[in-house]
Amino acid sequence: MKDFIDAYSWINMRYLFQGLGITVIVSIASIAGSYVIGALLGIIRYVNIRFISPIVGLVIDIIRNLPLLLIIFFTYFGLPNLGFRPSSIWATIIAMIVFESTMIAEIVRSGIQAVDPGQMEGARANGLTYAQAMQHIILPQAMKKMIPALVSQFISLIKDTSLATIIVLPDLMHNAQIVYGQNSTYILPMFLMLAIMYFVVCYALSLVSRSLERRLN
Amino acid sequence: MKKLFRLISIIISSLALVLVLSACGSKPLSAQNVVTRAKQTNTITWGVKADTKLFGLMDVKTGQIKGFEVDLAKAITKQILGPKGKAEFVQVTSSTRMPLLENGNIDAIMATMTITPEREKQVDFSRSYFDAGQSLLVKQGSPIKNVKDLNKNGATVLGVVGSNSVQNVAKFAPKAKVLQLSDYAQAMTALKSGQGEALTTDNGILAGMSVENPGYVLVGGNFTKEPYGIAINKHQTEFRKDLNSALTKVEQSGQYNRLLKKWFGNVKGMHYKEMLR
Amino acid sequence: MIAIFQNYGGLLLQGFGQTLLCSIIALFFSLIIGSMFAIFETTPVKFLRVIARIYIEVFRNIPLLVITMFFFVVIPMFVAKISGFAAGTIGLTIYTSAFIAETVRAGIQSVDPGQMEGARANGLSFWQAMRYIVLPQAFRYVIPPLGNQFINLVKNSSVLAFVAGFDLMYQGNVIASDSLSTMSTYVCIGLLYLVITLPLSYWMRYLEKKLA
Repeated sequence: MKDFIDAYSWINMRYLFQGLGITVIVSIASIAGSYVIGALLGIIRYVNIRFISPIVGLVIDIIRNLPLLLIIFFTYFGLPNLGFRPSSIWATIIAMIVFESTMIAEIVRSGIQAVDPGQMEGARANGLTYAQAMQHIILPQAMKKMIPALVSQFISLIKDTSLATIIVLPDLMHNAQIVYGQNSTYILPMFLMLAIMYFVVCYALSLVSRSLERRLN
Repeated sequence: MKKLFRLISIIISSLALVLVLSACGSKPLSAQNVVTRAKQTNTITWGVKADTKLFGLMDVKTGQIKGFEVDLAKAITKQILGPKGKAEFVQVTSSTRMPLLENGNIDAIMATMTITPEREKQVDFSRSYFDAGQSLLVKQGSPIKNVKDLNKNGATVLGVVGSNSVQNVAKFAPKAKVLQLSDYAQAMTALKSGQGEALTTDNGILAGMSVENPGYVLVGGNFTKEPYGIAINKHQTEFRKDLNSALTKVEQSGQYNRLLKKWFGNVKGMHYKEMLR
Repeated sequence: MIAIFQNYGGLLLQGFGQTLLCSIIALFFSLIIGSMFAIFETTPVKFLRVIARIYIEVFRNIPLLVITMFFFVVIPMFVAKISGFAAGTIGLTIYTSAFIAETVRAGIQSVDPGQMEGARANGLSFWQAMRYIVLPQAFRYVIPPLGNQFINLVKNSSVLAFVAGFDLMYQGNVIASDSLSTMSTYVCIGLLYLVITLPLSYWMRYLEKKLA
């Protein structure tokens, strides 16, 4: 019991909250970036532009079938060869956006495909252009169908930021490791706190999505 | 037909991707002169450890890294850039430090890095700034007394990915199994949870661990010599010269000995007086 | 690139084997555990439903790395020593089983509830109806999503690198720091992962189209 009280001292907790802050910031930036790019890629893939769509599709398939850890290494160790030297925070955000946007592209593509093709035909017959029909008729419906898949992808994203401890991102996981690395009686309390903090953040997001879904239906 | 086309395009594009990536990998560094840039920005960026007590350890209270290497790096920075020179610190681990240096994220590595011939093919080293030796850390009362006791089937030794101490184990205890963890904090945690009989690395690092974990002791003395050097990129001859002369000045002024005493003066198992310069 | 394969072929092969092995073990057990919790969720017994709900929500919302490190670090201190490979495989099993439970539950619920009622009316017990009528139909529906879970499993197995599980990623880190050619090593490692995941992913897409 004393271990727990000592482990959750204000100094340690403040350090954990600093880590949680980094986790949250990295997650929000990655979610925003990968949502925009992912939706774009998904649409490119769906509308089947000659030459562009197959190439985009192939790149997406390669990236989404690699472990995220490897993408993190590629950005952190590989990008400097192209003249850009990211800090571990930027490297994580970029790696997350690259990886997650390919996952989201797949969700968006299958979401659009799930909308009845008759809708598009009907819209076109009523004089809308392809882009108009896409924007006003197809996408809003597809979005509604995609919400659960998108949100569980975002939750995965938040959890996966913990992998970036390998490139010394000072996130929640890393800071907890620093704390329990310095005192072994803190190991169990730290793991408990890690589980609680990640759970609260991720579960809150899933609750938001559920209420969003309910409101849309 | 369409399938065939798709297959071919997959193969071609994968090859192209591999070529692009490997071309990136072999592209020569932008060989910027570190000294010129450091003088312009008034900063030297050092790669240091943050999980190694006595050398470089994250202070949870302040969020600053503290240790012998951090202090020495600050002293050397001031010698090169003058009293207003700034030392910036980037946390590295044994597996991230070399790529980070090559990529230019950091100007120099001061992270318990032994000067070895293999490494000298990739990077240049300053003259040695600390003479360590590889040793073993075990639980108090362990039957392991020296490295020979580990040379048996079923023995497990813990180390860190990218450190040369794991390669030495293969030399001194070829029968032992080696588990390589990602950093020292992980390795120490693994030792405590019984994932291995002994943790091996350099004596200074182990001494720091035994300070923090009183139930664990160093055994068997040093079985290798591990001179630590500051690693910098190849072709930075001016920087290397500056580092060496700065190190000499720090040593001559007595500052080196003061730092040695500050960090290793009261550590059991370390004879800091033998290391005074 | 080629030099990496030549010099470290043995290590790469060992890592490849371990990655495949732990993925298959974890898939097998997470299928069993996942299906079990999926059935719990669809039973009329409230207690079982609550248990299943808690299990799924907890393990879906905690990072795999935390679960794996827990088994590598905490369990040996209090219970028994387990190797990094075992800790990683257990972590993967628990984590994946929560996702599989969700997938299988969706599959079960997609089967017309009339089927269950009909089977019960014909004198089968709940478990018999589940086993012989509902599950076989549900599984056909969930094969593509399960395939995707397996792909995720293979990718997620890289977490073994954190606990010295001797998998592909671990060997990659070892080779990268030994050969000092970081990028080409990781490109090799990436190709080896793609050998497993890319064909699987195309196969799943094909199945999805065929079943739809």
